[in-house]
Amino acid sequence: MKTDTPPPGDDAVLPGPGALTSRASERPERPARRTKEGEGKVLNVFSHGVLVLWAIMVTLPLLWAVMTAFKDNRSILSSPWSLPDSLHFDNFTRAWTEAQIGDYFFNTVVVVGGSLIGTLVLGSMAAYVLARFEFPGNRLVYFLFVGGMSFPVMLALVPLFYVVNNIGLLNTTHGLILVYIAYSLPFTVFFLTSFFRTLPTSIAEAAFVDGASHTRTFFQVMLPMAKPGLISVGIFNFLGQWNQYMLPTVLNTEEDQRVLTQGLVQMTAVAGYKSDWSALFAGLVLAMLPVLGAYIVFQRQVVQGLTAGALK
Amino acid sequence: MQHGKYRFIVGFLTVPLALYAIFVVWPFIQSIFYSFTNWSGLSPEFSMVGIDNYTRLVEDDVFWKSLWHSVLFALLVPLVTIGLALFLAFMVNVGGRKRRGGPAVTGVRGSSFYKIVYFFPQVLSIVIVALLFQFIYNPRSGVLNALLSGIGLDAQPEWLGDPDLALWCVMAVVVWATVGFFVVLFSAGMASIPAELYEAALLDGASRVTTFFKVTLPLLWDTVQSGWVYIGILALGAESFAVVQIMTVGPGGPDYSTTVMVLYVYQKAFRDGQAAYATTIGVALLVVTLAFAALVMRLGRRERLEY
Repeated sequence: MKTDTPPPGDDAVLPGPGALTSRASERPERPARRTKEGEGKVLNVFSHGVLVLWAIMVTLPLLWAVMTAFKDNRSILSSPWSLPDSLHFDNFTRAWTEAQIGDYFFNTVVVVGGSLIGTLVLGSMAAYVLARFEFPGNRLVYFLFVGGMSFPVMLALVPLFYVVNNIGLLNTTHGLILVYIAYSLPFTVFFLTSFFRTLPTSIAEAAFVDGASHTRTFFQVMLPMAKPGLISVGIFNFLGQWNQYMLPTVLNTEEDQRVLTQGLVQMTAVAGYKSDWSALFAGLVLAMLPVLGAYIVFQRQVVQGLTAGALK
Repeated sequence: MQHGKYRFIVGFLTVPLALYAIFVVWPFIQSIFYSFTNWSGLSPEFSMVGIDNYTRLVEDDVFWKSLWHSVLFALLVPLVTIGLALFLAFMVNVGGRKRRGGPAVTGVRGSSFYKIVYFFPQVLSIVIVALLFQFIYNPRSGVLNALLSGIGLDAQPEWLGDPDLALWCVMAVVVWATVGFFVVLFSAGMASIPAELYEAALLDGASRVTTFFKVTLPLLWDTVQSGWVYIGILALGAESFAVVQIMTVGPGGPDYSTTVMVLYVYQKAFRDGQAAYATTIGVALLVVTLAFAALVMRLGRRERLEY
């Protein structure tokens, strides 16, 4: 960390050695203080530089994709950095209708909507029983669920294809929903079990004493209390299921059933021989923007939902 | 709370457990069984062949290549991602200028802005990210080579077309897509470290670098470790499948230079009609995954610090 150029607007003289060697000059009182302050300033300039650089590296590809989505096919290939000559909005209409991004979008909404509700209902039911009731086999069932988090899904996918095929659920929406739910259960049960354990027992007991059944206590007392946990794990599962690629690639191969991620990959193959790259970029942007928009609006909840599991 | 307890437990557990057993547990057990058969996956007939598939595995050059690539994925992607994320998170949270009378350590100005932006790739599908970077790497009309010639460099690498570069290109995409998540995760961890600890360290004359290694990292260790396992499992499984399958030629090429185990399982089962052999590779993948998790937990074991 050599500091040849002092940061602009600072009259303080920066000492030569930077942060790593500041110890040597610490013995006399005053220079030591200056070194400390200098170190802070060097670090400040340096850290801003690094942080801005990474911010550019993250946003530049995304901005480039948005810009490219407005260009025509020829200029995409000949000059990837140039601005669009005019805004080709027709790229988006072509992507939405001809390349069926609209249909894929609708399929994804149905599949993810169904599996998200199913995951939350079934996951919280199992987690509640495992967190609150003593019974033989409780630990076994819990570890059976939780163990699923570290197993490679691809190993199960080979026989799963034939399991799903044999019960006649291959290439059906409800079949895909059931599989999504099953593969979302491990994390959901793991997360919600520890969440239900943190909730106070007294309220549920009071409801029970007042004559509510276990089932009623769960739906009317415990679930409303568990709302923050349900939101966190719901966001986690929503993003995981919305962005899912491996499961539909294997289990959902019918053309008109495709979900968004499959549709985009398919579009790339088609764009290859039709050379309609602009529609592909428009499709990518159409798939990207709703999620990014929702993230910016619900930023705090999304971050909480996605990091909650790892912080436990 | 005894009344009707068991009926309730059975009623609540049956559906989730049945779903999980049919679609997750049962296929797992089956796949281990199938690895001892010669099942093609195309017809229901098969016979037991003992450990034939495993001896074939040992002699399969492509398998060893895919194993090596998966191991590289599991070791390098977490190392680079977590290293970079720790560095950025430290800069965001502790890199701020000291204000007179303010706390000893502060985040940089705009720290929440950085955290929001860094998180962008995390909410996008890895599919979108992979497709986007496929274009960026395109040797003829991609942005990267246009950038290189723009700054006056003659080198025009083939990127994904070059067997020596392709794997690194693919790994870089996974790193790009995951760093932001860990910056945010570690930031949350750093925020819960009491400011007095930093103040005491700085008062004792510790530099920021020393502070990072002696205060921040030890107190953050649990988060780092569980994050390490999390991203390692992703790098062995779903993430590497998506990026390799979508971005590389073949997929898995050129010349098997990017084939990872999870892709090899997929290709053997659903492209080559060798389901039994595919499950054998899958069992090897399971062994690698569990070994990786055990290794990280063991190497990372430390005395838990309470604060």
